[in-house]
Amino acid sequence: MKIMVAIKRVVDYAVKIRVKSDKTGVETNNVKMSMNPFCEIALEEALKIKESGFASEVVSVSMGPTQCVDTLRTSLAMGADRAIHVDTKEMLYPLSVAKLLKALVDVEKPGLLILGKQAIDDDCNQTGQMVAGLLNWPQGTFASKVVLDKEKHVATVDREVDGGIETVSIDLPAVLTTDLRLNQPRYATLPNIMKAKSKVIKKFTPQDLNVEIRSDLEVVEVTEPPKRKAGVLVSSVDELIDKLKNEARVI
Amino acid sequence: LSTLILAEHEGGFLKAQTLNAIAAANFLSKDNSISLLLAGSGPSLQEAAAHAASCHPSISQVLLAKSDKFTYPLAEPWAKLLQLVQKTGGYSHIISASGSFGKNILPRAAALLDVSPISDVIKISEPNLFVRPIYAGNALCTVRYVGSNPCMLSIRSTSFPVISVDSKSNTAPIDEVDLSTIDEDGISKSRYIKQTTQESERPDLGNARVVITGGRALKSAENFKMVEQLAEKLGAAVGATRAAVDAGYVPNELQVGQTGKIVAPELYMAFGVSGAIQHLAGMRDSKVIVAVNKDADAPIFQVADYGLVGDLFEVIPELLEKMPEKK
Repeated sequence: MKIMVAIKRVVDYAVKIRVKSDKTGVETNNVKMSMNPFCEIALEEALKIKESGFASEVVSVSMGPTQCVDTLRTSLAMGADRAIHVDTKEMLYPLSVAKLLKALVDVEKPGLLILGKQAIDDDCNQTGQMVAGLLNWPQGTFASKVVLDKEKHVATVDREVDGGIETVSIDLPAVLTTDLRLNQPRYATLPNIMKAKSKVIKKFTPQDLNVEIRSDLEVVEVTEPPKRKAGVLVSSVDELIDKLKNEARVI
Repeated sequence: LSTLILAEHEGGFLKAQTLNAIAAANFLSKDNSISLLLAGSGPSLQEAAAHAASCHPSISQVLLAKSDKFTYPLAEPWAKLLQLVQKTGGYSHIISASGSFGKNILPRAAALLDVSPISDVIKISEPNLFVRPIYAGNALCTVRYVGSNPCMLSIRSTSFPVISVDSKSNTAPIDEVDLSTIDEDGISKSRYIKQTTQESERPDLGNARVVITGGRALKSAENFKMVEQLAEKLGAAVGATRAAVDAGYVPNELQVGQTGKIVAPELYMAFGVSGAIQHLAGMRDSKVIVAVNKDADAPIFQVADYGLVGDLFEVIPELLEKMPEKK
């Protein structure tokens, strides 16, 4: 079985983002970019499944401008066998990404497609569900534990839901999206970083895949959230209780 | 305008977040025909339908999909149901709350309908103009939907408070959905096994008036019980940071933050919480924020209305002793 993992290049999670003064978006020039943390977890899960002998190959894919190749190179250094880059400068919304992923699944025919549950830039939490719908594959979203049954071709997935943990059983091929506690992603070691340089990154364009990039959405403006007004430091529990009672009137 | 709401129900009642979705639908337009879609099986579905029909005067129809396929919240059959209902109803908008139920189903249905959904809407400015947080709430993005119908939204419950209405509200008709033409292809590929929930007498984290949160500084599950005791005294819900959940002090469903629950209570009290941006994303809209931390430089103090620099192992017992009982 082959596993495909979707990788998104985003502003590094530790960067304090800045809204552009013309309100067109968030500053990404000269800002550290990294692999979306949830995508790292997705890749780690794929690598673990391969190491357990259930999969033979891990293919990482990313879409967007040329720099996505850097993120794909990181995925190869972590252990992916090869990578695919869909090269486009157009703004990609989840529906387009899902269509491109579906087209790549039709080419590669993986038994599992793993994605992060959301990207930490747009926080959409949509792409995995959408590509699962387009493929008519079952989905195990927000996964915190995945157990594969080799014989029955079934995945048992623990999902983090509002009320606790939900367990579902889904037939393969399937789409998984990863939650935080699924695993702890590995670091790329120096020898593997060197090895990754010779691994193949194949390039496609949306035209090659017969996907028309369409957008149902227009960003009107991006603004900073309203600031909370500065609070006060209190010096004792008594003062705190007094403030909550008589000033804020919440207790 | 005509809006379909993907309703959630439990024990014969609509869930609170569905009432928030109805509030959001009322923001779209004064002239909006609102239908509620309920699905499931058994007598509790019928009771929930009766509740739905009279829960708000703006509801013009309750649609009932009765089938064992919808007993559990599996995305595969539910997305097909939304697709079917949209085909018959031709709604301009479809709304769900942005909990794990809606987030699992709505995007899948949107893909089947070939439209782009909009997640986590916090403000509706016009029928097709919405504000949603991005980058963990560190920026707000105003988007215009320019695609074809339906415009599909998941709404953040805390941003659309329920406005109570007079009890003489009308009762909307309840109509059954004709399921004979539903596309069943692929829906048997997923099966519900179980749900593990921690029983608790405390109010639900998402709707509580007061939330008491503990961070890694609590140091152990045993110590975390102090937070729970204080919550009990105040009739509050308990929250936790990612670090506290990862360390195993409390179960994952208590996590507040970018990837956990979003809360906006009247009073949010954070103990031993440093205030990582991912955590602030989940609570920054709380009305009054109290932070107790040993580290005077902790970022949580930048959003706190009242900060107390101190050792939580001394502060919490003192609060337990001096705070008034819940009313």
